[in-house]
Order: sequence, then structure tokens, then C-alpha cells
Amino acid sequence: MSDTVLTPAAAEPQEKSRRWGAELSLRWRQHAGILGALALFIVLYLFYQLNHPRGFTGQILIQNANEVFALALVSMAQTVPVLMAGLDLSVGAVMTLVGCIASHLVDGSPAEIVLGIVACIAAGAACGFVNGCVVVYGRIQPIIATLATSAIYMGLALILRPTPGGKVHEDLSWAVTSDLREFAATFGLFDDGEAAWLQPFAWIPVPLVLLALIILLVWVPFTRSVTGRTVYAVGSSESAAYMSGLPINRAKLAAFTLAGLFAGLGGLFLALQTSSGNADIPQAGAYTLNSIAAVVIGGTSLLGGTGSAIGSMIGAMVLRTISFNFRIFDVAPLLQPLFEGLVLLAAVSLGGLKLLRLKNKLEVFR
Amino acid sequence: MHEPAPFFALENISKRYGGVHALRDVDFACSRGSIHAVLGENGAGKSTLMKIMAGVVQPDEGRMLLEGMPVSFPSPSAANRAGIVCIFQELSLMPELTVADNITLSSPPRRFGFIDGRAQRRRSEELLARIGCEDINPLSRVSDLPLSRRQMVEIAKALGRDPKLLILDEATSALTSADVDRVYRMLFELKARDLSILYISHRMHEIDALADRCSVFRNGRHIETFAKGARSPDEIVGLMIGREIEGQFPAKPRRRRPAPLLTIRDLSWENRLNGVGLEAGRGEIVGLGGLDGQGQKELLLALFGVLRGVRGTVALEGDPMAANSPKSAKSGRARMALVPEDRKSEGLILSMSIADNIAMASLDRLSHGVFIDAGRARRAVDRAIEQLRIKVGSASDPVSTLSGGNQQKVVLAKWLATEPDVILLNDPTRGIDVGTKQEIYRLMRALAEQGACILFYSTDYEELIGCCDRVAVMYDGRIIRELEGEAITERNLIASALNIAERRETAHV
Amino acid sequence: MSRTAETMTAPRSLRLGRDDKPVVFAAGFVLLILLVGTGYTLYTQGSAPLLQPQYLLQQLQVGSFLGIVAAGLMVVILLGHIDLSVPWTLTAAAMMATAVGGPWAIPAGIGVGLLVGIVNGLGVAYLRVPSMIFTLGMNAVMRGLMVAHTGGFAPQTAATDVMQYLAVARIGGVIPMALLVWLAVSVVIVAILTRTTLGRSIYAIGNRERAAYLSGIDTNRVILIAFALSGAAAGLAGVLLAGYSTKAYQGMGDAYLLPAIAAVVIGGTNILGGRGRYLGTLVGVILIVLLNSVLSIMQMPEAGRQIIYGCVIISMLLVYGRGDRVAA
Repeated sequence: MSDTVLTPAAAEPQEKSRRWGAELSLRWRQHAGILGALALFIVLYLFYQLNHPRGFTGQILIQNANEVFALALVSMAQTVPVLMAGLDLSVGAVMTLVGCIASHLVDGSPAEIVLGIVACIAAGAACGFVNGCVVVYGRIQPIIATLATSAIYMGLALILRPTPGGKVHEDLSWAVTSDLREFAATFGLFDDGEAAWLQPFAWIPVPLVLLALIILLVWVPFTRSVTGRTVYAVGSSESAAYMSGLPINRAKLAAFTLAGLFAGLGGLFLALQTSSGNADIPQAGAYTLNSIAAVVIGGTSLLGGTGSAIGSMIGAMVLRTISFNFRIFDVAPLLQPLFEGLVLLAAVSLGGLKLLRLKNKLEVFR
Repeated sequence: MHEPAPFFALENISKRYGGVHALRDVDFACSRGSIHAVLGENGAGKSTLMKIMAGVVQPDEGRMLLEGMPVSFPSPSAANRAGIVCIFQELSLMPELTVADNITLSSPPRRFGFIDGRAQRRRSEELLARIGCEDINPLSRVSDLPLSRRQMVEIAKALGRDPKLLILDEATSALTSADVDRVYRMLFELKARDLSILYISHRMHEIDALADRCSVFRNGRHIETFAKGARSPDEIVGLMIGREIEGQFPAKPRRRRPAPLLTIRDLSWENRLNGVGLEAGRGEIVGLGGLDGQGQKELLLALFGVLRGVRGTVALEGDPMAANSPKSAKSGRARMALVPEDRKSEGLILSMSIADNIAMASLDRLSHGVFIDAGRARRAVDRAIEQLRIKVGSASDPVSTLSGGNQQKVVLAKWLATEPDVILLNDPTRGIDVGTKQEIYRLMRALAEQGACILFYSTDYEELIGCCDRVAVMYDGRIIRELEGEAITERNLIASALNIAERRETAHV
Repeated sequence: MSRTAETMTAPRSLRLGRDDKPVVFAAGFVLLILLVGTGYTLYTQGSAPLLQPQYLLQQLQVGSFLGIVAAGLMVVILLGHIDLSVPWTLTAAAMMATAVGGPWAIPAGIGVGLLVGIVNGLGVAYLRVPSMIFTLGMNAVMRGLMVAHTGGFAPQTAATDVMQYLAVARIGGVIPMALLVWLAVSVVIVAILTRTTLGRSIYAIGNRERAAYLSGIDTNRVILIAFALSGAAAGLAGVLLAGYSTKAYQGMGDAYLLPAIAAVVIGGTNILGGRGRYLGTLVGVILIVLLNSVLSIMQMPEAGRQIIYGCVIISMLLVYGRGDRVAA
């Protein structure tokens, strides 16, 4: 391969636009995973909406958003350990535990509710932090460490809620599972939701707004921080990160804590959505495994170092939209699990096809 | 000559790994404004010394003085803060991250507490320009860059830490010759700026070109430090080995060229191999020469069945054969063996035992049906260790405990156990001490005498001249010239490799 | 004369090697569990049922189903992969065995497991889909197939006599047949891992597939065989379980995946592959089974079980499952 050295001064304007174009295609290629997932989601969702008997209504959108939120958040939680080439098998359990906590605390006076919400968020983060400590200081592989802690968290959840039950504040529950207008109306904000500037956005379901806020206020700053970049670095090459003097332990602890935080937020919403806490082991397991699938569909590599929580959120949307589609096509309920499984298998196998084109077989192995 | 005051000094440094003394009571010092070369065989302690200076490991005894003040570095970042930066043989880059991220990650430019992407990029462009690599796009992923470019990014990263003492540990072994020149220029420039530079290398010509002072280590001890030119290359090698070396290369037998065993015609793959034609017979050592990256490695991989979509023919005594996997290459009509480029990740399984590694390619010969004959395996391993004189404590120790030279012997032992007809060697002596190199040259000649056909890729001209019966010089994926016997000289090799290049360049004008 | 090739035969020295430590510790923990349980029963009931041979044999009989699953799973984990399709492979094998009936019941069941394993192997080795994801998908597909096949209900067909015999019968009225089946599976797995080329290849690939490939090992084929073994083991376990319960039922395999993984890991096998002894997995299974039964005797509620389960795994791994510090 010959070395070409560009002299910076030569042919400036043409150079600049050519460079700009080259960079755009570079960025395009680097984010191929997420963009592919987004395209897949758009296709599936449009298909769903176009074929829906009742057509495109706001109500359907709200319902869809509600069903997606918890899985989206649990998938975002799963993303962070996966970026470090690890796995968190306790995300479903943390979600369940925080949901059970919420079913006890998120009720009563506004102050109590706020405290309850804060307690839930703190609980999620604390569970994540414990995971991080076991991995960092115990030096136990994440997949096994979180397998063990998931049992502990489920046990705690069962103590809090041996049977499904509990209560959450009804208005809050109603508000977060509706659109912005309803949210404002419930709490007497913005002229009870009738304010003029709100109207273009009033139809947006609250869960989607919450997702956007979480991404903008938590995820994006995280990726732009040194700790966040270190998470990517550790996933790419832990020894290189160490040699570069990066704060590895801090990054691992932060990663698991963030995962716990996201999973907790998912659990909080689930409790608000169902108005109860349910320590259901199979359900927790299903959420965990689905979160892994969502992460993969969203373009994050299980080998670490590359990917994004945004992709995993889209992956969760893809998964949910598949089941929405089954619903409206009146696929025999007996056949639904089969189709879901086949689609999942196909979706993740497509990623594998890329490897078939590799010309140097050594590149297959890491 | 006036002795400059030492910038960094080590006194009575010792380091043990288990029962092995990596460093024994070492006194060492280096000064600003000089390039100081460090020489020694593998296991001599050079890398350990650098690791201690760079804060990667801690010494068991002794102390370090920076500008006269005692210091200790519990981690690489502590050493970095003191201005000591090390460029290691194993890269410290994160492949999935961008060049800009890698270069600036440990102390990125920040804005409101967050990483400032634009400033990060500008800084990377500056640093890359300083080493003459403006063509590397800071936004590209490191994993998309070839090995030589990655090493340049590593160097840019080290520069970005604003070092006062720069340590290079075999940092040029992966570079193309153009990049090596860039590194030389950078080092001279840094020396002029009063940096202290430590340079570990096995390549005499590099040390000749760069160093002001040389230090020789042997068996964990500092033997001698002298100014450039004070000792001849022979004396230096003598200091390193501690014994007199007879002729470096074994004698080449004078005989007529044998009938071809392996006939390659029109071999092509992607744009890396463009119609390679070559013949090699039993008893021949055929070298692959030319500038780096002209397809030599790809040729070996293609022959061994690792590449997909290879066109052209490979024939064995007239009959075509095509290996589509290492397994079929190994057990085909002509048994092939490949000693790969990177022994640590491709040639060996470091965490498994020496015995396991030696037996890995010949398990089918050591078994009755599905079951391994433990006795036969044991005897085969013992035989191999004895034959190649591999220095082991016990064959059930993990192979990671061996020195680089002995590790490479294990790789060779593994393949010799399959009794190969064709042996493909991908730069087998890179990063290996002089003593073991000579043993490998003798082994190669002995194998050829026993009837093997050897294809030998080396980045070292001296090896090609000293070992090979013929050298095929490659350029742009094809063989442009074959040199035989007396015609194999450094001048001819370089001329062949560059000749075509010159002609091509004039064509562009 | 140096001690050579020790890794290819059973280790002879009595020194505690790195791979022996987990086995010893796990065995010690088993004893601990027995002691604590016996202490509890002595205190509350005045008797020591845990130490009765009949009781222990009964527990081992139930444990043999888990043990067979863990045996197959260990081979896959040694490669650095994982098989999450065990639950529904087991269930599908059980359902197919009872549906087919007659002399072909058992081969049908094991055959189903083998088939699923082969598909898993193809996906992981040739399509290079991460094993976690592919086997997850296969699990969902098998569940879908069984739900469609049975209409969502438990199949009414009963297990054949042979199946019941294998699962329930006792040789000489004492030794459970299921235990002997487990023993047979163990012997086969140990033989494969320690004495065959396949076994060496598995360890090699688990440590570094790239080097194994370049040494001429057909890594794709080895991966395929390993998953086939895991699937067949799950199938066999399903057949036996159906024999034990006299019929197959929905979700019968769900309770076997995580305990099997835990047993393999507690037994000292590295979850990233390349290291581990079968004896450890054996002891790990016994540990989990005994832990379960002691907790049952104590009538520990599910919440307590889960917490204790998690704590046991973590504490055992803290002792011997710790990785190295990251260093150059």
C-alpha cells in the first residue's frame, strides 16, 4: 500500500468539500449498525400502522409507547456492560425489585411521592453499584456475578412483594402513561394542557418524552465524559486502556451503576403502568434475555467497544413492533411464539452474514 | 568527552518473577538531549527495565531518581505525569475507538467538563503532522488502519503526553521503511529539543543510525555503557551473548537447482496478490524479499489456505492442489506448515502448557483412533524439547513462562512434529535474541538438507542474504525478480525492490 | 528427565493445581451444607435424614437430570460459548419422546436434542452469530414449535415404560438407574475431554481459537460437535425427566438452565472457556442439589432460597473464581 501524503495547502476549497464528503461517508459507515436498526424499525412500524384496522391514531401510539418503555430502558441498561465486553444478567431482576419498591413508596402526598421516586432511582443505582463492586473488587466475571446478584435481587423483591399487589398514585400513573396534554391536564400545568405553544407537541406520548430526556440528560453526557469513553476503551482493549492510564475501575463501577439506574427507571415505570409490584421470576428473566436481543439488534457488538444505548432503544422498539404486528395480523396465538423466535433468529443471523464475506478467515477470530 | 548529568537514574534495581531474576542489581542512567540505545538478548531484562521506568511494574529493590530526586511510579499514569512516556511493542491502542480518541484519551481537551470533540481532533491533527502522517484521518477507527499506521498513531499518542523521557521498546518492528524514516526524523528532532530518548532494538543498523550511547544488558545485569563507535558490532554481539560467535549463518551447499516441488502460477487475491509465479524445490530455502507490505505475508497465508477467493494454481509435483483451510494444508499430499507472524496470538496458546502446544498440530499422529496415546505424546514432546534445545523447567508449565526465543522454538517444534514437506516461515526471527536466531538458521538449513522446501519471508536483509539459496523479490503483489546464489546481495535486493518503484514514479510525471 | 505431557493424562501429583482448588472447595462446601442441614434437622426434628443413604441417593437421582444437562453445557462453556436453548430443547425432546412412544421414544427424544444442537453449532460456527444470541433464538423457536404442536397444553401421551424405568427404577432396589445413566454420561464426557483429540481441541479453542485454527484444527467442526453434544445431553435429560414425571409438561426445562450454568461455574470451569475439570462440574451439581434439598427441609420460602443461592455462588467464586488484576 503506497503512502500518500496530502499537502494541506494544496487545492483548498475542493479539498475541503471532498474531505467533508469523505468524513460523512466515514461516519455513515461507523454508525451502520444503528442506522440499519432504525431503518428496520421504521419499516416495521409503518407496516404496522398501515395495516392497523383502526388506522393511525394517537391512542395507538400512546399504547405502543407504554409497552415499549420498560424494555427500552432495560435494553439501555444492558448496553453499558455490553460495551465493556461484559453482560448484566440482573437487569430484569433490578427492574422487578425497583418496581416492588415503587409499589410501596410511590403513593401518598406529593412529598412522599417525590421521595419515593428518588428512593427508587437510588435503589436501582445502588443495585448496579453492588454489581460493579462484585465485578471490580471481587474480580468475578460479569456474567456470573450478575447471575448471582439477580437471584439476590429477586429474593429481595419477593420479600417486598410475595404476591403481586401494592399501590401507586393513580394520577401519576395515569399521567405518565398518556400524552403530554393529559400529563399537563392532570397536574394543572400549562393551562391544563391547552396552552397554545404546547399544541404541536401535545400528542406526543409521555414515555417517548421521558426516553428522549433520559438520553439527552444522562446518556449523551455520559458518552462525552472521560468515564464514558473509558467504558468504550475497556471494551475495546482493557490492557491497552490500562497502559494508557485510564481509570478502569472507576469506569466499570460507573457502567454497572448506570445500568442499574436505567433498569430501575424501567421498573419504576412498569410499576406506574401496572399500578402494582410483581416479583415474577419468569418475567424478569424474559426482560433480561430480550434486552440482550435488543442490544444486538441495535447494532452494539457483544465483543464490546462499539455501540450505543440509542441503538438498543431502537432494538427494543423493533422487538415490540414485531409483536404488535402479530397482534393485528391475527396470527394464531399458538403460532406467535414460533414466529417471534424465527424473526429473532433471522434478525441476529443477518449480522452474522457479514462475516461470510470476510476474505481473510483470520479476521473472524478476535 | 563531557558526561551530561543524568536526567533519570536507577540504582540497585532488582525485580524477580517467581524464581527468575529479571533484573539484578542494575545501575542505569540516561541524560537529556541524547538517544540512548539499550541492547540485549531476550530475557536480558530490557523490557522489564522499561516497564519499571514507565510505572507498569514496581521494582522489588532499589530506587529511581528523577533529576536527582527519588521517585516511584505506582502506575503508568504516575510515570506519565512525571514526563516519562513509553511506546511499547504491544500497542496500547483501543481498536474500536477513533484515532483522535486514542491519541488524546488520557487527558482529553474538555469543555464544561465534557470531552471537546473538535479540539480533540485538532490536537490529533497537530500531533500526526509532527510525525509526518497528515494522511491519517483522526476520525477513522484504529481497527481500520494497517499495523504500520497504528504504530504511528501510537507514537503520536506518546508525543501528545509531552514527554521529557521517551522510551521506545521495539517500536519500529512493525513499520514500513517510509514510516521508519519518519520516526528517525522525529527522534532527531526530539533530541534537538533536549528530550531524553531510550531506544530498545535488536537491529544493529538502526542503533548505528540513531544512538549516541549504548548500554548492553545480559541475564538481568547491566554489562556496559559506551559511546557510539566505541565498540564494533562483533564486540557488541559478544557482550550481549557473553561468548564468541562463530559465523552467523550456516554454510550454503553449492548444488544445482532441484526439480520444483511447489509450483505457483498466477496466484491472485483481492488487490494484494496480482499473479504471483514461483517455483520451489526440495532442499531449497527460497526467500521472499521486497519492501514491506508487497504481498509477502498474503502469499504465505494463501498457500496455507487461510484466504478465501484465491485465484490461480498451486501445483505439487505437477498435480494441482488447493488448500482451503490450514487443516487441509497440513494434511494434504504435500504437508505444509506455517510459522505465523504473531507467535503470541497466532502461533501459540499462551495459557496452555508447553507440551500441549508442541503436540497441537500432530495430535492425529499421536492417537489411536480417537484416543490420544499419552505415552507416545510424552515421548514426542520430550524428543522435540531435546532436539530443539528448548530451555524449559517442566513441559507442563504454561508456555507463557518461556522467553521469546524459546517460545518461537516451541512453535517450530509444533510444526516439525508433523514432518512437513513445505515450511512457510513468516518473519520467524523477529524480536528474538541473537543466539536463538542462529539456532533457527541452522535448523532451517538442516531441514532443507532433509528434503523440506522452505519459503522464508524476512524483513531483515542480512537473513535473506545469509540463509537463502534464492530470493524472490516482490512488488505490488507479484514477483518482479529472482536472485540466485552470488547475486543475492544487499545492493541487488534493495535495487530490485526499489527499481520498479522508481520507474513507476517517473511514469506518473 | 522432565515431567512431561502431564496435561494430556490424568494429573498424578498430589499438589493442589489451579484446576484442583475449585473441586476441593466445592466438595468442602458440600460437606458444610450437609453439616448445617443435619444440625438444623437435629435441632428441629431430632433426626438426621440428610445423612441417610436412601435420602442421599434420592437426591442424587433427581440431581442426575441436572447433572446430564450440566455435562453437555460444560463442553460448550469450555469453548467459550454458551447454550441458552437448553430449557426448550429439553422440553421438546420430552414432548417428542412421549408423542412418538414405543421403542423409538428415547432415540426420538435424544434425536431432537441432537438436531437442535447441530443447528446451534451451524449458526455459531459457520454463521458466527454470537452463541448467546443464537441459542436464545433457538430456545424461542423450540418453544414456539412446542406451543404450536401441543396447543399450549401438556401433552396427554405418557412416557414409555423404558423411559420410566431409566428414570425411576433402582438396581437391586437401592441404586437409582438414573444415577447410572448420569455416571455413563460422565464417563463419556471425561474420556472425551481428557483423552481425545477432540478434547484437546476444545480446550485449545476455548483458550485461543485463532492459534488453534492456524495449527490445523478444524475449529468449525469442533464447535458443531460440542453444541451437538450439549443438545443431545439436554435431550437425554428431557427423556429422563419425562420418565420421572410419567409425562411431559410445558416449561419443564426452565428450571434447569441457570442451575446448570451455576454448577459448571462453581465447579471451577472458567465462564470464558479454556479451563475446567469435569469433576468440578460433578461436585457443583451435587452442591446445588443438596443446597436445594436442605433449603426445602428448612421450608425456606422462595425469597430466601434465591438470596442464599446468589450468595453461595458469589462466595464460592470469591474464593477461587477470581480473575487476574489487569496488568501489562
